[in-house]
Amino acid sequence: MSAIQLLWSLGLVIGGPPLLLGVIHKTKAILTGRIGAPVLQPYYDLWKLLQKGAVYSRTTSWVFRAGPLVSLAAFLTAALFVPLAAPSTLLSFWGDVVLWAYLVGVARFITVLAALDTGSSFEGMGASREVTFASLAEPALLVALAVIAKVTGSVQLSEMFGPVLGSAWRTAGPALALAAASLFLVLLAENARMPVDDPTTHLELTMIHEVMVLDHGGPDFAFILYGSALKLFLFGVLLVRLLMPVHIGVPWMDLSMLITGLLGLAVVIGVVESSMARLRLIRVPQLLVTSGVLAAVGLLLVWR
Amino acid sequence: MAQGVDLILVLAMLLNFLVLGSSRLRACIRAVAFQGVLLSILPLLLHQGGLAVHMVALSAGMLTLKGFLFPWLLLRTLRDGSMRAEIEPLIGFTASLLVGAIATVAAFLLSSRLPSLPSLTSSLLVPAAMATLLISLVVLVSRTKALTQVLGYLMLENGIFLFGLTLVQSMPLLVELGVLLDLFAGVFIMGIVIYHISREFDHIDTYHLTILKD
Repeated sequence: MSAIQLLWSLGLVIGGPPLLLGVIHKTKAILTGRIGAPVLQPYYDLWKLLQKGAVYSRTTSWVFRAGPLVSLAAFLTAALFVPLAAPSTLLSFWGDVVLWAYLVGVARFITVLAALDTGSSFEGMGASREVTFASLAEPALLVALAVIAKVTGSVQLSEMFGPVLGSAWRTAGPALALAAASLFLVLLAENARMPVDDPTTHLELTMIHEVMVLDHGGPDFAFILYGSALKLFLFGVLLVRLLMPVHIGVPWMDLSMLITGLLGLAVVIGVVESSMARLRLIRVPQLLVTSGVLAAVGLLLVWR
Repeated sequence: MAQGVDLILVLAMLLNFLVLGSSRLRACIRAVAFQGVLLSILPLLLHQGGLAVHMVALSAGMLTLKGFLFPWLLLRTLRDGSMRAEIEPLIGFTASLLVGAIATVAAFLLSSRLPSLPSLTSSLLVPAAMATLLISLVVLVSRTKALTQVLGYLMLENGIFLFGLTLVQSMPLLVELGVLLDLFAGVFIMGIVIYHISREFDHIDTYHLTILKD
């Protein structure tokens, strides 16, 4: 990987994520007949939060302060494994897909711990919901990744989402389509998108992700917002790579295709969010189990 | 060709899950109807060497009955019977989905044990047929509304039809048309009976029939 390509990739990972949120919000605004906030609003929000100081409760310990930092670090590390511009990634080894899945898990774990550390029953409720749904979303994610691994014959993210995938679509199209559908549902659930969770309202009946971060403020909250945008970005990259397995070979063209795909995905998420109502909390496990079942059927199709 | 058959079979299997997971009766009826339409394309794709007349007749019969007539009848019953368009299953939706997944896995395992016919165009045909059969049985035993049981029977017939397709070269037209006719009569009578039951008793929950006394 050349130096210029490296810079491009790093720039995309660091600068790109909030833009996705901005596009989603803009799409929702347009579809509901509003003008909406500027597309760059998430950047302004982050900047505003970074200017502030933080207030810590005396009942909290170091875990509460470590939460945002560790989760952001985990997401940034996970970003190094995701193939962005080219098939090659910044960091890579055989079997890194498991590490990738569990780096996302570490971020969730520390967020849950930080929420429990506040001692607030409200945050404990959110943590409990988060863990319940994660325990259903994680198998779905891993099985969907297993489908891709089986089809491409590799357990390395850079190869799984590399050029092999294009020819795999011709031989195992249905299974890959099922994996993609499953990944999309997991993406919606993991990133607090609409049918599962709505990050823009604060309604205690159904809120999951944002209830855990209510006590964070200032730079800590900025880290959390940025981390969740990065998480959406990472899942989005995998989904776009899966759905558009075309490799031209010219780095900047591949990169611009990826960016186009990501923006398209953001618009799709926006459309899904504005056309669907939020599910009752009791129906969310059903959605996640559906996602797992889709992936499992996909795995069956390729494993026969 | 084989890709198209595979795609249709995978879609049919996914529709099984839609029936298991959906709480809306209307969506279930549409899903079963769509499954019937998908399966009605299969004889045309599977038949090698030109289009035989009886295959076309079978496809057309299947399409009109399962794609248009049955859903129309069932939707009409649903509307006129003024029943609640929601399903209250004996097994929860998440559990039914899991049972469906297990049934599908079992279907794949079972069909891998069976001796395969040389005439099979798609290796997915037998597992898809078995999965549809098993899941239709789950629908039959776990849903209490009479209308959903009709849907279960329709899915069961879809599965049997898929099994029949493994013998597509030698399947007599009369047998399949006879099954379709029986089904037609069955659904027709069920439609009328459900309508009358629901007018008489203001619900069509078969669960209440188990505690009947004379």
